Amino acid sequence: MQSIPTLADIASADRKVDAHRPWPRAIVGADVWQNIAGQLASSQWTLSGLWGDTGAVHMALLDAATNEMAVVSTDCPNGKFPSVALYHSPAIRLERTIQDLFGLEAENAPDPRPWLDHGRWGERHPLGARDSLADTEPYAFLPVIGEGVHQIAVGPVHAGIIEPGHFRFHANGEALVRLEARLGYTHKGVEALMRGADLERAAKLAGRVCGDSTVAYALAFARAAEAALEAEVPARAHWLRALMAELERLANHLGDIGAICNDASFSLMQAHCAVLRERVLRAADICFGHRLMRDCVVPGGVAEDLPAGKATVLRELLAEIGRRFPALVELYDNTASLQDRTVATGILKPALAQQYGAGGYVGRASGRSFDARRALPYPPYDRLTFEIPVLEKGDVDARVWIRIHEVKQSMMLIEQILGGLPNGAIRGAIPRGTGEGMAMVEGFRGDILAWLRLDADGRVARCHLRDPSWFQWPLLEAAIEGNIVADFPLCNKSFNCAYSGCDL
Amino acid sequence: MRNLLFQGLVRLPLTEPRPAADDPELIALAAKLDNAARRRLGRSLSIREVDAGSCNGCELEIHALNNAFYDLERFGLKFVASPRHADVLFVTGPPAKNMREGLERTYRAMPSPKWVVAVGDCALDGGMFAGSYAVLDGVSAVLPVDLRIKGCPPRPQALLAGLLALMEAPASEHRTIHRTD
Repeated sequence: MQSIPTLADIASADRKVDAHRPWPRAIVGADVWQNIAGQLASSQWTLSGLWGDTGAVHMALLDAATNEMAVVSTDCPNGKFPSVALYHSPAIRLERTIQDLFGLEAENAPDPRPWLDHGRWGERHPLGARDSLADTEPYAFLPVIGEGVHQIAVGPVHAGIIEPGHFRFHANGEALVRLEARLGYTHKGVEALMRGADLERAAKLAGRVCGDSTVAYALAFARAAEAALEAEVPARAHWLRALMAELERLANHLGDIGAICNDASFSLMQAHCAVLRERVLRAADICFGHRLMRDCVVPGGVAEDLPAGKATVLRELLAEIGRRFPALVELYDNTASLQDRTVATGILKPALAQQYGAGGYVGRASGRSFDARRALPYPPYDRLTFEIPVLEKGDVDARVWIRIHEVKQSMMLIEQILGGLPNGAIRGAIPRGTGEGMAMVEGFRGDILAWLRLDADGRVARCHLRDPSWFQWPLLEAAIEGNIVADFPLCNKSFNCAYSGCDL
Repeated sequence: MRNLLFQGLVRLPLTEPRPAADDPELIALAAKLDNAARRRLGRSLSIREVDAGSCNGCELEIHALNNAFYDLERFGLKFVASPRHADVLFVTGPPAKNMREGLERTYRAMPSPKWVVAVGDCALDGGMFAGSYAVLDGVSAVLPVDLRIKGCPPRPQALLAGLLALMEAPASEHRTIHRTD
């Protein structure tokens, strides 16, 4: 039996790309590519990304045992490459996306249906060899056969103020037999707009991929660009970036905890959590000039310094949350009617979370402890003390509790950052040059992967941003099975997957 | 829970002073909103929001209008689930071509008279996404737009001010547009 090669073996055995930083990239033949794909299901590797390029495909791998990363690439002669999804189902939608955007075909792919392309762009394969629009067939949802099974179609326009997506339920009475999501409605062609953009514009685009994670996305993009160019970032900038990232996490978790309870018709929690969230946004506005801190993280550092004396605003914020939040946690914990809805609802099994490499609260509520801040530490997290909460139950309740614990951790982190914030410059010079860079950053929802290649003018030749929800959306479909239709909003909110982040 | 509810009774409300005394602009704004809403629709305006491909940033700030600080409903303004109950359509996003049909069908489902508000820089002209193969460079490419609220995303205050502006504008400006459908 063939022994499982390590990432280092792969990277050294084949054509290594020198200008790829900080992790290695190797160009492999189709046979090695297929071999890796075949071992994804059984080895310690986690598929962390799969994306197209001009005449090639790339796959990001995470070695869960050693926390090392690598990218392997293979050329696509005749526009084809061996399917990864054939062996490893988390790759299905990623391959469908490569097909839609680049026209590169995954051979023997288990699901050849389009994903982002709804036949509305007036063309096909916008990032590959552009092609005129072909006749599109109606989208075929996966079938369910059985007595009494009926369909419920929801979306893309939903009842609330949320992002658009279509959900096709197959239900038997009240019980859900199958949920299938169809997304892509918010596709804006970000990766095409990235091509040829200078770093400034590209960073702004990255910050507009997913509104609630604008800091995390801008940070992932900036770190990838800095890796490619070997740019130095001043220490103060690192700390301010982490400060913004933790404020973002805090605001989103507070909002989510309230919103999940609201979807169980317990609006009291929502009212109180929304107040705390608003306080975070207002503090961010005072400190950095924007409520969501958009465009505050830039390649080389940060755009705005924390004004002198404004640390007090953040300390007061922490004190206020510290005063109010414990009572809300107690309210959540002691309200039987609410617990009745969240406990044992929408269970995601740990094995699935592991297989999909699910990040964020989705993974951590189902036993997968990965957190990019710890596993692939970037400054200043290597110098900060924090815990990563992990639970095994995998239900809505566990996902709420992970958020509650992370609220407390983020508050502690903000306190540490305010205490240790070094003085000095906030933005370093960005050298011009070419190169390939990659970064993994922990957003509130999970790990965001950014990969880019810069051309000789320092412009973006190709940039790929992989949202954590690529590996969470399919798990929602698994977690919902057997639950009642009325619990879908609750389960959905507890996952709170990104639409725009995945649709790009 | 009892404690929390009790505290809610004895604590001062968070809702920002319906026009703070030291902010003349807001005083005028809230007073006008009140008068205008009463005149036009008997103190009430129902809003349906459609995300036509936004990054979700605008949605976050629209959500904030419902929190205790802004408390949108005190002005008779509220978000509704069905377009059939709505007077105003809030649209965010460039919009994405993949959302065009959903947006048009939502608009058609609304009873007249109706108003369309393009919310955020993307909805104005496509914003940073203008020129992409996948977007339409502004909501006005799909629907007649009565009001544009700038911002990336607009602040809740700007959204509120925008709603006021909509109700302040002469009715004839809107009706001529909407009788065509």
